[in-house]
Amino acid sequence: MSDIKDIISRICPEVTFEEGDCLLVNVPEPKWYSLAKTLKEDPTLNFDLLSAVVGMDWKESLGVVYYLTSTSRQWEVVAFKVSVADRENPMIHSVSDLWHVANFQEREVYDFYGIKFINHPDMRRFFLRNDWVGFPLRKDYDANPELNPIRLEDEVNEDDTVSYVEDEKGKVKKVPGKVFEADDYVVNIGPQHPSTHGVMRFRAAVDGETVKKVDVVSGYIHRGIEKLSEGLTYPQILHFTDRMDYMSAHQNRHCLCACIEKAMGLEIPRRAQVIRVMMDELMRISSHLLSFGCTAMDLGATTAFFYGFREREMVLDIFEKTCGARMSMNYNVIGGVIADLHPDFQKDVKALIEIMPSRLKEYHKVFTGNVIAQNRLRKVGHLSKEDAVNYAITGPSGRGSGWSCDCRKVHPYSIYSELDFEEVLEYGCDSFSRYMVRMREIEQSCKILAQLVDNIPDGPIRAQVPKIIKLPAGRWYNQVEASRGTFGVYIESDGQKNPYRVHFQSPCFNLVGVMDLTCAGYMIADLITIGAALDFVIPDIDR
Amino acid sequence: MDVKIKSMKHEDFKDNEYIENLVEELNATGANVVVGKLDQLINWGISNSLWPLCFGTSCCAIEFMSLGAARYDMARFGFEVARNSPRQADYIMVQGTIVHRMAPVLRRLYEQLAEPKYVIAAGGCAVSGGPFKNSYCVLPGVDKILPVDVYIPGCPPRPEAMFYGLMQLQRKIKVQRFFGGVNRKEKIKDFFNSHPEEQGRY
Amino acid sequence: MFDFGIWTSWFNNLLTGCMPDWAATIIECVVIAVLVLLAYTVLALFYILYERKLCAWFQCRLGPMRVGKWGLLQVFADMFKILIKELISLKGTDKFLFKLAPYLVITSSVIMLACLPWGRGLQIINFNIGIFFVLAVSSVGVLGILLAGWSSNNKYTLIGAMRSGAQMVSYELSLGLAIITIVLFAGTMNINELVWAQNDGWFIFKGHIPAIIAFIIYVIAATAETNRGPFDLPEAEHELTAGYHTEYSGIHFGFFYLAEYLNLFIVSGIATLMFLGGWMPLHVPGWDGFNAVMDWIPSVVWFVGKAFFISYVIIWFKWTFPRVRIDQMLAFEWKYLMPFALANLVLMAIFVALGWHF
Repeated sequence: MSDIKDIISRICPEVTFEEGDCLLVNVPEPKWYSLAKTLKEDPTLNFDLLSAVVGMDWKESLGVVYYLTSTSRQWEVVAFKVSVADRENPMIHSVSDLWHVANFQEREVYDFYGIKFINHPDMRRFFLRNDWVGFPLRKDYDANPELNPIRLEDEVNEDDTVSYVEDEKGKVKKVPGKVFEADDYVVNIGPQHPSTHGVMRFRAAVDGETVKKVDVVSGYIHRGIEKLSEGLTYPQILHFTDRMDYMSAHQNRHCLCACIEKAMGLEIPRRAQVIRVMMDELMRISSHLLSFGCTAMDLGATTAFFYGFREREMVLDIFEKTCGARMSMNYNVIGGVIADLHPDFQKDVKALIEIMPSRLKEYHKVFTGNVIAQNRLRKVGHLSKEDAVNYAITGPSGRGSGWSCDCRKVHPYSIYSELDFEEVLEYGCDSFSRYMVRMREIEQSCKILAQLVDNIPDGPIRAQVPKIIKLPAGRWYNQVEASRGTFGVYIESDGQKNPYRVHFQSPCFNLVGVMDLTCAGYMIADLITIGAALDFVIPDIDR
Repeated sequence: MDVKIKSMKHEDFKDNEYIENLVEELNATGANVVVGKLDQLINWGISNSLWPLCFGTSCCAIEFMSLGAARYDMARFGFEVARNSPRQADYIMVQGTIVHRMAPVLRRLYEQLAEPKYVIAAGGCAVSGGPFKNSYCVLPGVDKILPVDVYIPGCPPRPEAMFYGLMQLQRKIKVQRFFGGVNRKEKIKDFFNSHPEEQGRY
Repeated sequence: MFDFGIWTSWFNNLLTGCMPDWAATIIECVVIAVLVLLAYTVLALFYILYERKLCAWFQCRLGPMRVGKWGLLQVFADMFKILIKELISLKGTDKFLFKLAPYLVITSSVIMLACLPWGRGLQIINFNIGIFFVLAVSSVGVLGILLAGWSSNNKYTLIGAMRSGAQMVSYELSLGLAIITIVLFAGTMNINELVWAQNDGWFIFKGHIPAIIAFIIYVIAATAETNRGPFDLPEAEHELTAGYHTEYSGIHFGFFYLAEYLNLFIVSGIATLMFLGGWMPLHVPGWDGFNAVMDWIPSVVWFVGKAFFISYVIIWFKWTFPRVRIDQMLAFEWKYLMPFALANLVLMAIFVALGWHF
């Protein structure tokens, strides 16, 4: 910890440090870009992964907290805080040319806080309509519905974009631009489209059947969860996590609970930890089965979809018996889990892990081995390992590019360090590899379940927690491996019973960021399969 | 006039008064016998051939997929011909939260549906905004912009609940008049008169 | 075997006995047209249910169950509904072509239906270039699809129509070559003669190797011709929402929907005619007792049964295989299927010239 402090203060003497959950570096805005460039490019530092970008409103100033990770330095995480006092026209230098993942992340920050990023290529709103008045996550946002009524007319000037370019003298100039060229043939895919897995909207410039450029238009299910969370108590915000990535409900909730527990310094009973991990893995199986089904269906192999759903129902039965619901289980709570396991739990899990290998064989027979499926998925949607790191594509999609990024291995949390499982890696860098990682992860999840199902310790299912949960002032960032990648939760507390700021760093948000990169040069039909193999869940992106 | 749904008892439905009121309204206008029979035939056709428009925004859409999958199998009712083009669909089942950005899209999809068309609001978010009701950009229920025929509460509603909602829609269709009075169309017109597009506020 | 020609000639004699020839012809035309349209509707409705039930069974489901016994009335409910659906007219469309397109599609499939040999003595048109005529008429359907896609003023429909044009024009070659292979073998294009030529064994057995290859090529090309999976690109649901008929509603959409299913029957019918003996029962030369038993089954049942079987295979394809991509599809046709079909034609010519067939 101390050597990283030395190195950073040698590069940029103006910084100050704050200790906390992880090291926080206060960087003055004018120095930020050059520091970021050194952090990224210096081979000894090698902060190649931008884990999270959190916009903040500290009332007297606006700013951004960047969480940088160095994959070569044991995944060391350092936070950098950049703030500006100007509330009217706040500007921060963009780092989207260093970490491409910051492209969409900074657009999100602009959307919520109105912070303009200098040299960002495309400073449009991301989630809200382009005629939206105000920046909703600012503490002084005027929520009067008169300002932003339900508009039933379409958005105009969707093609217009703007960027703030800095010249050599340091003067910032506003440069308007267009997303597409005037003679591009733009096909609109979504928001109501069967294969966007929700309400994502892609605008694809095509040349014949070949895709030239994809513009991602998001926000068709943006519900403002982060703003809502600021007004609720900690136990109340838990239920939002189930409704973001509903296919990773348990993992997301696990992450948020673990983050709050870390802040409270709470020790979780062993039984609760085992139950949580088992539920996480069951959720992963259910999610990957759905992903298999949807990939098959998007390719037109409808029958395979039904086979995937057939096994998924078994997992849902297990959830229903213990948690009381098929989806949106609301099972993890602060300190443990809400209810004890159903007496049938062990029997059902055993039945599932017994049946899965033969069913996986069936899937491979019906779909994976099919020559058409192979031709449709192989060598399509190329994403190199460097790009995967730069765009922060974690989860099965990143591992399909040969990037070892499984949070359960790199930052072992809960009881994962004691378990024997393999991190699934494929090196094809194409849609087929991503698909295969998922199928093989089902096997690994079954392996984890098999280790735990007979070893669930007795004991309490919940730790004792105070009636009113208050976190001490400070900030915490916690990550777990959700079904689709690394899910992060950022909490900043000012000591009240509701959080000052909650940010959810969802894996799917980064996944759509590579749609343009992976689809360009392939065909319209490939756009669908690439999307299916990346497997994003839209409510997780929009939040 | 008794509204029958196969293998469901009358008392299995919880809001029989609503349907009875509709029937009474119909009797009061005195449907002609021949037209009445023809109406019954057409209503039988419509109610047994409800093709959904695929419109899922979040979690409820996954439950809708489960509804189509092998265990629940909505094909038994003839509902499985899910159309992706609104022109060919019969009803729009709003599954999930509708936010400000989506509202014009949803309204347009509704307008693109060919008559006779129906709306089902499935899930807490579509019914009332659900847990996101207080958000800055969430519609507190789709009935702010669309005339809703059936509400299915739940978060998300179980597939059984969706079947129940669909059966309620069938019951409602069975007492509508296609020729003559067209009580439905008038109600829709009233709705849009009270929700004019340019105001669009609630 | 019962000859339906007895009925038809009786009816003809009845009419000519009491009225002039021209009037009899007109009445016969009307009666036949009504019968054809009736058969068309019944078959299309049956096929819709057939496919829905079949795909349900493939997918471990039950399929339509609640409307009528085993869901038998399901398609009638669908028909009533689709008949009264609103026909939406759109701004910015080419109104005349937009309305013409579904009729073109359905007309071509009705004409093709009329050419099929339904049973002994049950054939509507019989002329010496019968099979050639069927191929020619089938091309009109492509025109309908192209016009539908073009006139809708929608990017999805346009892409769907362009795909459809490329696909159908390409696969028609293989389809035609597979048929020519059999025409070469039989030495006739007359549909009636084609059937009678299979009296002593179906072509697929008589022509053995080249006929079987031609059959396989035909089934693949026919699947593509009917826009069915894995070649359902023109209406690829998951890419183009509903492809070329995205903007059609009500009965206009119904026409596309019916024609799609009827085309399935028609290509199966042609496969039956060319390879599996049309309405001809299964005859094995020398086994007279067996042949007599086979003859006892009515010829209509033979024809329809065989067509249903081939349709079953094509439906099976659709629900099992993923969809191919446009470039893969064209490469498959032009690089593999068509050269193969050409080579097979040469092979058949050699077989015929050297008399290496039964």
